[in-house]
Amino acid sequence: MLSRTAESVYWMSRYLERAANVARVVGVNLNLEIDLAGLAEEQWRPMVQVGGDEAAFAERYAAPTRSNVIEFLTIDRTNPNSIASCVAAARENARTVREIISSEVWQEINEFYLDVTAPEARRFALHDAVRFFGSVTRACHVVAGTKSETMEHGEAWNFSRLGRFVERADQTSRILDVKYFLLLPSAGDVGRPVDDLQWSALLRSASGFEAYRRTWGLVSSESVVAFLLFDRAFPRSVGYCVTQAEVSLHGVTGTPMRRFANRAEQLLGRLASELDYTDAGEVVGGGLHEFVDALQDRFNQIGDAITATFFRQG
Amino acid sequence: MTFEGYATGGFYDELFNADGSPRPEARPLVERIEGLADGELLRSQQAATRALLRMGITFNVYHDGHGTERIFPFDVVPRIVPRGAWHEIERGLRQRITALNHFIDDVYHDRRIVADGVVPADVVESSQGYRRECMGLDPPGGVWCHITGTDLVRDGDGTVYVLEDNLRCPSGVSYVLENRAVMKQTFSKIFDGLPVRPVSDYPSRLLRTLEGVAPRGAGRPSVAVLTPGVHNSVYFEHSFLAQQMGVELVEGRDLVVNDGALFMRTTRGLERVDVLYRRIDDDFLDPDCFRPDSVLGVPGLMRAYRSGRLTVVNAPGTGVADDKVVYAYVPAMIRYYLGEDAILPNVPTWLCWRDRDRAHVLDHLDELVVKPANESGGYGMLIGPRSTAAERADFAARIAAEPRNYIAQPTLSLSRVPTLVDDRFEGRHVDLRPYILLGSEPFVLPGGLTRVALTKGSLVVNSSQGGGSKDTWVLA
Repeated sequence: MLSRTAESVYWMSRYLERAANVARVVGVNLNLEIDLAGLAEEQWRPMVQVGGDEAAFAERYAAPTRSNVIEFLTIDRTNPNSIASCVAAARENARTVREIISSEVWQEINEFYLDVTAPEARRFALHDAVRFFGSVTRACHVVAGTKSETMEHGEAWNFSRLGRFVERADQTSRILDVKYFLLLPSAGDVGRPVDDLQWSALLRSASGFEAYRRTWGLVSSESVVAFLLFDRAFPRSVGYCVTQAEVSLHGVTGTPMRRFANRAEQLLGRLASELDYTDAGEVVGGGLHEFVDALQDRFNQIGDAITATFFRQG
Repeated sequence: MTFEGYATGGFYDELFNADGSPRPEARPLVERIEGLADGELLRSQQAATRALLRMGITFNVYHDGHGTERIFPFDVVPRIVPRGAWHEIERGLRQRITALNHFIDDVYHDRRIVADGVVPADVVESSQGYRRECMGLDPPGGVWCHITGTDLVRDGDGTVYVLEDNLRCPSGVSYVLENRAVMKQTFSKIFDGLPVRPVSDYPSRLLRTLEGVAPRGAGRPSVAVLTPGVHNSVYFEHSFLAQQMGVELVEGRDLVVNDGALFMRTTRGLERVDVLYRRIDDDFLDPDCFRPDSVLGVPGLMRAYRSGRLTVVNAPGTGVADDKVVYAYVPAMIRYYLGEDAILPNVPTWLCWRDRDRAHVLDHLDELVVKPANESGGYGMLIGPRSTAAERADFAARIAAEPRNYIAQPTLSLSRVPTLVDDRFEGRHVDLRPYILLGSEPFVLPGGLTRVALTKGSLVVNSSQGGGSKDTWVLA
């Protein structure tokens, strides 16, 4: 397929995944807010940190209050990582590849866009927030399902899937970093009894609470780290996402697994093996924040390698 | 909802006779509409509008540099073309396209038609679409105008005229297909049992036409659609046609000429393109050959075309026949090349560069429609009976300054079709643009784009100026 088209499909999926993550993270806070009968600003600030947009937020808003944070993360088009901006970017990419994605996929993305950019979206987001974020998450699931059911599982599909899993791996690691820092400010706190409500919320923001419970039972900080970084079956764990990204990348090129024919395959394969042979104890011992920082660097390198290999050759 | 009280208002109405009774071919449709429950037609209309928006069937409008997407307004009452009338239109269009293709080929070879005194050399060479660079070229199969959208109008007495031949990159066929799809989706019961001819095989026909003119030796030819990009006003159509044909939609930056052949940049390196259905004007195709500042095209593309390793559709230079002065000579071309009389008449046309014609035009500006020879989209026209004295003076000056660039025609009384206005029917003026494909034989899609001037009394049907569209039912 055309390099330009492949790039658009890839970014279309990345933006959609980003929108879904914003919705998930904020949605969980809203639930927590009800359980705790209100949240302090300290609980809303991390929502902005997950996207790495603190400076942009501070420029336009006085304090990380509930309504400021929700506005910033949902309908604020000056924030490139707001839900509306992400969905608009996904839709703009989709518009340039309408002939490649199926009509059904296009239509779902277009409807999603019309909904989140409609004038009523602001009221919906601020005054019926739980339902609003639920509807965003659902729309993302519908798009993902429609892609799976209506697109041929060929090159475009693999680029779309590659974008989705690269973005998701990145987002899960950010969620873990920010919340972990908030819940366990110092390494000495590891192993202390934890606030079950808060940790469960962290798992829920990755849609992982139920899966975690089945595998690990009661919540402990280390097992949450193990689960979100390494679980082999949970579709939002970093390890799972990296492996699936690798599968899609090899689907594009036809290179056998455990071999590489370009820089993107090399970097992604190397990261996948490292994650396979690392455990949560090592991560916590060496500092979770440092580990996630290093991961983010790796994701950036992988993203650059994908671009150079497929989208902007020479 | 009934047509009671619907008045044809002295115009030719496509569905009703002057006495208010439905035309025989329209009677089943009228009965069905009248048999609908209260509000059902309006609901269908709203559902159709919503569906068009949700499906993203839009065009871009530019204001102050900002683009917005709008749907092409759609009216749910179809326009009907009965079998016999369509048969004549089809024959007429086949004849016309065949003659036009002969003409273009002749222009770029021996110019027999000029030598024989039928068309003046001046007219040919002053046509804006004339491209000296195309002299002597032989496109595969001798086909220049592969895809044409001819505008037809019906005057008050029922005569169907050809208003213009759009031979460059006629747009609108996607709306023909999508209007039908939306009608079927939102209003399926209205079709029940009526012999409406399908239009959905157009993309297959188009693909066959494109593959059929591939350079010799290409196994299964690789076809691509060239678009100026997502900001083009009809980008939707470019992507729709590429999708429906299952071919790549490319932009200039995706293409490169290597060793005299055209390639696209793919995730696996360069891949050859054999046939390029371009939706950009000649001027922008190749900065090495035409406009050097074009960033939409591909340097070297014309070299690949000339060497016969690439087919470009429509062929560069085809626009020579898409000029309102050349248009006036089409009936003469038909006689000259085919030895036949034109089946579909031209609208009588005065050419302002002829002294006698110009004098007549200047004397009758308040009655005539004056058009620039080389504009599309309905821009830059003077509609005499609706003009002010100042506008007429302005046009008189323009005509005097550039007589070659103006033609004039009588103001036609365009036919009307009942159109849903709030909760009743009112007549609105329409035209009809059928689409013709030319491969080894001409093919006329049984249908076409019926554009409707939604503003009361307006004669301007262009989408950029308040026009909408209707489904067009050609009956079997």
